Amino acid sequence: MSAPQEGATLEIAVDEDRCVAAGHCVVAAPEIFDQREEDGVVVLLDPRPPATAQDTVREAALLCPAAVIRVLRAPS
Amino acid sequence: MTADVLVVGASAGGLAVAEGLRRHGFTGTITLLEREREPPYDRPPLSKQVLDGRWPPERAQLRTGAELDALGADLRLGAEAAALDVPGHRLTLRDGTVLGYRTLVLATGLHARRLPGRPPVAGAYTLRSLGDSARLRAGLLAARRVVVVGAGVLGCEIAATARGLGREVTVVEPAAHPLLGLLGPALGAELAALHTEHGVRLLTDTPATGLTGEAGRVTGVRTASGAVLPADAVVVAVGGRPATDWLAGSGLTLDDGVVCDDRCRAAPDVYAVGDVARFGAGPGTRGVRLENRTNATEQGLYVAAELLGAARGPYRPVPYVWTDQFGTRIQVHGTVPAGAAVRIAEGSLRERKFVAHAVTGGRLVGVVGWNSPGRLRTARALLTAVAPAPAPPSTTATTPTTTLTGDP
Repeated sequence: MSAPQEGATLEIAVDEDRCVAAGHCVVAAPEIFDQREEDGVVVLLDPRPPATAQDTVREAALLCPAAVIRVLRAPS
Repeated sequence: MTADVLVVGASAGGLAVAEGLRRHGFTGTITLLEREREPPYDRPPLSKQVLDGRWPPERAQLRTGAELDALGADLRLGAEAAALDVPGHRLTLRDGTVLGYRTLVLATGLHARRLPGRPPVAGAYTLRSLGDSARLRAGLLAARRVVVVGAGVLGCEIAATARGLGREVTVVEPAAHPLLGLLGPALGAELAALHTEHGVRLLTDTPATGLTGEAGRVTGVRTASGAVLPADAVVVAVGGRPATDWLAGSGLTLDDGVVCDDRCRAAPDVYAVGDVARFGAGPGTRGVRLENRTNATEQGLYVAAELLGAARGPYRPVPYVWTDQFGTRIQVHGTVPAGAAVRIAEGSLRERKFVAHAVTGGRLVGVVGWNSPGRLRTARALLTAVAPAPAPPSTTATTPTTTLTGDP
């Protein structure tokens, strides 16, 4: 019963096809998002980051000018 | 009923206010009014992916139904604000409903500007809403010759999309270059070359004075020289005017937008965000109004923070605009003011892949990426925020009038 809490992660997804390569997500949460060198499209470095990343991930999702980032699951 | 926060306009800016408030833990009541009947949607795709048919219109929606439900806001679609009583903290809708509020946020955006003097006729279009995009798409598909009036971001994107649909496209623009205000003359000339190579007939230095028609249907565009450019469809993309008609007589100061201080406050308990907000106004300065997608979100989030005492100072954004035309992605951080010296900092003009720096008075004021998104993000940090009162273009600067200096 002392195993790490499985629920204590986020689950996020990105829709690359919508991405407009603004890079705001990388500025907000560089440990979670990057951009492809050739076209600037978002790269999701960690689709299940720890709950501690919740704040910056939500910031990135809100700042994205193309609604690319979705938080599928968050610790309640 | 009285809402703790009443937001007028549920596009990107209004939505950001509501989401920002919840993110900061706000548990009060939020009412979001939207004059359109569509749930919140994004506008940049309307001249590109939705107009060219790659996306079904519903894909432009900004949030899923579940995400909107989770917001816990009273979202009222088809609710058009008609009058505002600032001292009484009351807003009246077109249907007579009266709503009270503790705090009001105006996020009503723009109306498409039209050419003076003529009522709309069949075959003449403007593009602002999702419905406009569907109508314009049908019009483009039915047309052979298309004339686009205005070579701003919207006009240029529509022209590129119409070319992609195989139409004969003419663009008329009173200025000497397309996107002059955004890119300056040197890079504007690059964009002109891109359009011309793709078969757009680009007529710069050509003011349009009106539409010609026959039996209620558009037949062309008349230019200042008296010439008529024949067209089956005409798109008027000559900018927007802030949607503030309903605020006349409210006591709010209106000056090409809702005039706000540097914290986006227009009056006690009244704020404005997005395209409609002229912020940073004060003694001796008219303030700044930004018409871009990113500002709508950033300003919405700023005001949400400000309402909860969490903003870290005045609103001082670095403007960011992007546009996609003929497969070329152009991104502008900051501004390229008239008279700025523009220099290629990375990449090359010949390859059409470069980063350009705009410098005014020895200060970097803008960074333009041309098919170079990956390299651009870090440049943003070099820029200082937009000044509340943009200085008039200096006529005494020692830099020559817009130079474009070579590949490194």
